[in-house]
Amino acid sequence: MLRLRVAMPADEVLRSAGVRFGMIYAALFGISSVALAAFLWWSTAGVLERQMDDAINADAQGLSEHYADGGLPGLIDTIEQRLAGNVDDDALYLLVDPGFRRIAGNLDAWPTHLAMDEAWTDTRIARGKQQRMQVRLHQFEVAGGFHLLIGRDVRSTGEMRRLMADAMIWAAAIAFVLGSFGAWAVRGLFRATLADVSETARAIGAGDLTRRVRMTGQGDEFDLLAETINDMLDRIGRLMDGVRQVSNAIAHDLRTPITRARARLEDAARHAVGEADLRAAIERAQADLDGIVGVFQALLRIAEIEAGARRSAFAQVDAAPLMNDLVELYDAVAEEAGQGLEAEIPEHLSMFGDRDMIQQAVANLLDNALKFSPPGRAIRLEAHRDAHGISITVADHGPGIPEADRTRATERFFRGETARSTPGSGLGLALVQAVAVLHGGTLTLEDNEPGLRAVLRLPDGEPRRLTAP
Amino acid sequence: MRILVVEDDRDVSGFVVKGLKEAGHVVEHADNGRDGLFMAASENFDAIVLDRMLPGGVDGLRLLETLRSQGNSTPVLFLSAMAQVDDRVKGLKAGGDDYMTKPFAFAELLARVEALTRRGKSEGPQTKLVVADLEMDLLSRSVRRAGQKIDLQPREFRLLEFLMRHAGQVVTRTMLLEGVWDYHFDPQTNVIDVHVSRLRQKVDKPFPTPLIHTVRNAGYMLRPEAP
Repeated sequence: MLRLRVAMPADEVLRSAGVRFGMIYAALFGISSVALAAFLWWSTAGVLERQMDDAINADAQGLSEHYADGGLPGLIDTIEQRLAGNVDDDALYLLVDPGFRRIAGNLDAWPTHLAMDEAWTDTRIARGKQQRMQVRLHQFEVAGGFHLLIGRDVRSTGEMRRLMADAMIWAAAIAFVLGSFGAWAVRGLFRATLADVSETARAIGAGDLTRRVRMTGQGDEFDLLAETINDMLDRIGRLMDGVRQVSNAIAHDLRTPITRARARLEDAARHAVGEADLRAAIERAQADLDGIVGVFQALLRIAEIEAGARRSAFAQVDAAPLMNDLVELYDAVAEEAGQGLEAEIPEHLSMFGDRDMIQQAVANLLDNALKFSPPGRAIRLEAHRDAHGISITVADHGPGIPEADRTRATERFFRGETARSTPGSGLGLALVQAVAVLHGGTLTLEDNEPGLRAVLRLPDGEPRRLTAP
Repeated sequence: MRILVVEDDRDVSGFVVKGLKEAGHVVEHADNGRDGLFMAASENFDAIVLDRMLPGGVDGLRLLETLRSQGNSTPVLFLSAMAQVDDRVKGLKAGGDDYMTKPFAFAELLARVEALTRRGKSEGPQTKLVVADLEMDLLSRSVRRAGQKIDLQPREFRLLEFLMRHAGQVVTRTMLLEGVWDYHFDPQTNVIDVHVSRLRQKVDKPFPTPLIHTVRNAGYMLRPEAP
């Protein structure tokens, strides 16, 4: 049984499936957050940077075309025009002669710390009022030993990057909090779902067989699990009821003959006047005890059949000679009782089953018919094969079983009103029913108008695996 | 006859031993499997009544298997509380000759033990059974009494044959069901009595002395004259 504890030691925390699921959830959430952040960064800050580089390159391309058209003066003109048109004042140009003296541009001097072998440089320079201005520069060689520097003031993108980074940090913090909360929630959900199963199991274990797992009605996997568990519990409940009913019946039905035997022995011990009296009492008590033993044996046999242990003895059998033997055995009795036994049995009735059990089942039906049928009316035994297998019918003209009692008539120890006055244990039909179920068949009780028609239907193939009722 | 009873329950064994002695047999008793095996292996018995669950480390099945592996073929009747069909099959497979479940009636036990000892002594296939003036020819499947032919149905013939083979012994209803009809269950109705009474109509009624006798609380016995 699953137990949920409030406080658990560390290793048990890790062993808890709820914690594990929570942690897996958190890890997945973290990984997706990081992936999302990386994409955001690449598609915003990264794009800005690439756009700036593209702009500088395009600028350089334009200047180089103007240089090609108008030479150095054309280049200087173009730079002046560009500076004049640059309202944001973020573009930087500087054209120097081979001695690095300024010719045109909005920078005062060639930055001293600029490495000559690097095309791109990110650096800080002094310009006008601003002492340290973050810039991105690209230097070009111009024919004749002249140098051209094109750059952009990156303060605004730097600001953007910083904002983004801040946002990312906050987002990470929020993601962590959300992830943890989610993990905790998942673990809680997991526990809550199992808690009901666990609680139900515990209640059942404690003896409350009426408890069932709650269904959410969503038809999801947990619902399916709950349904399976509930089905199992229903079946256990039915079995328990059966056991209870049988033990009550045993207690009740055996009490009567035991009481009788005891009374006879005690009465004999106190009042018997001679040896003959004593012997008679003892013999009657013995007969009572034998009756009790008979009931026990019948009960055990039914239990044995129901347990299905005997299915190993199944084989291909011809039921026709079995029926003929039974007719031969019972015919004499029926004749003696003035009832007569009519039989209609085909030559062959091949089927798959247990020979002894089929014999006993049909014998029980014949016993019943003989017991209840009045003299002068014949009992009928019919066997034939139909589409579903073999059906064996025993019909009598006795009082029959009222419709209301028919379903209960196959329960152990059930004895109808009309049967109370006749001897019997109330186990005969229960055994027939058990045999039918073991073979994957059915026993139906019908009205013979008047009397009882018991129809035992047995499939003739290998029996399918059964779920007993 | 010498009979060994291996049974640990003192009341049951006392009852069985006393009963067998009263029936004129010589009886030895062992109350555990080890002693039982020792006695069964070292002495000659005509039959062994064997409980299945025994103290002493050797249970009934082991005892019998050991005995059979030594080539000892003394007839063995199991007397056990283990009553399921599978238990019976197991006991017979281990080499048991008969299987009775507790609780039991002593008459049934005695009848079966005596039937076993008779079986142990069978002297080849017989062609003719004779009891007093009743003759049965097993080859031509005909029955005569006092020279007069008696017509019997096949089942009646087998019933009479069973009774004649066990002449002088008590034969219980269960034994008849098993031996003549090969049924291993007890019908609720008195089917056997009806069949025996029909047999009597043919075998006994036309003649001055009856051969088939009812033994009260036990069964039937076929014997030449009243004791």
